[in-house]
Amino acid sequence: MSFFDISSPQAARRLFVGRTGLLLSGAAVAMLAGNDALAAKSGSGKAGDIQILNTALGAELEAIAAYQLGAESKLLQKPVLDLAVTFQGHHKEHADVLAKTVTKLGGTPVSAKAKYDFPVDQLKSQADVLKFAAKLEQGAVSAYLGAVPLFGNRDLAKAAASILGDEAMHWAVLRQALGEAPVPAAFMS
Amino acid sequence: MKRLLLIIAAVLCCTAAHAAPDAARGEQIYVRCLACHALASDRVGPRHCGLFGRKAGSVPGFNYSPAMKKSGIVWNEKTLDKFLQSPLKMVPGTAMTYDGVTDAGERADLIAYLKQANAGPECKGK
Repeated sequence: MSFFDISSPQAARRLFVGRTGLLLSGAAVAMLAGNDALAAKSGSGKAGDIQILNTALGAELEAIAAYQLGAESKLLQKPVLDLAVTFQGHHKEHADVLAKTVTKLGGTPVSAKAKYDFPVDQLKSQADVLKFAAKLEQGAVSAYLGAVPLFGNRDLAKAAASILGDEAMHWAVLRQALGEAPVPAAFMS
Repeated sequence: MKRLLLIIAAVLCCTAAHAAPDAARGEQIYVRCLACHALASDRVGPRHCGLFGRKAGSVPGFNYSPAMKKSGIVWNEKTLDKFLQSPLKMVPGTAMTYDGVTDAGERADLIAYLKQANAGPECKGK
């Protein structure tokens, strides 16, 4: 389902809450309800929006692969392992909705790379994996923050902000798991 | 008293404005880039090792946007500062869909870090 396929805010909310329990994502994506027409007439901003979504999609696909690496590393113990799998699931949902929206806008979604070059030699403990994931999530928050103002379609900006919120929560929880202050500052940049 | 406060404010202002670029601060700012970039490996964005003096769009095997490949940019302090301020203004069509680092001091710190990292062990041979 793409951002533009959701028939009503209530349907979007049901869909997202039902599938993931992510009220924030559901509410924000619901703002995109019934926006096929908006997508079609987004005009000169459309190519730019497709590029932004595709860049985000590339990063989401890499995050999925990174969590897979973490999950298969045998370095993560429960309940941290469950956390990683849950967060990977969120990234899969982000990637799915981004890819479908790119297609809906007339673009071609980027594909996952055959191989990702992760610093596996530096991952020797659960803490190493958590720190690596936390850096990726923090970077993702900054990347979405830098992308939100660029969208031609403001509803897509809202949806990207919804993903940003989810990834900020991942970052905070990972920091908490590392024994660090979960929310170290009042602002993100 | 009011005049004294104004003088103090002016000194603080101008001291901060002319602070030397700080690679340590730049390393903290670089965290913002980590969703897409790494020093020594290509990710969503290309590697930053070997950046200075490199022609934009020229890392072998990296899938650049046509806009970046055609930009004719050679990366140095000046071109990086301009690009980081607003990537899409300098290279419309770039895949680096990021609003930019608007603070000149932060850009200087970031560039100082990239220069330091490029001279360090992580970038050796990369």
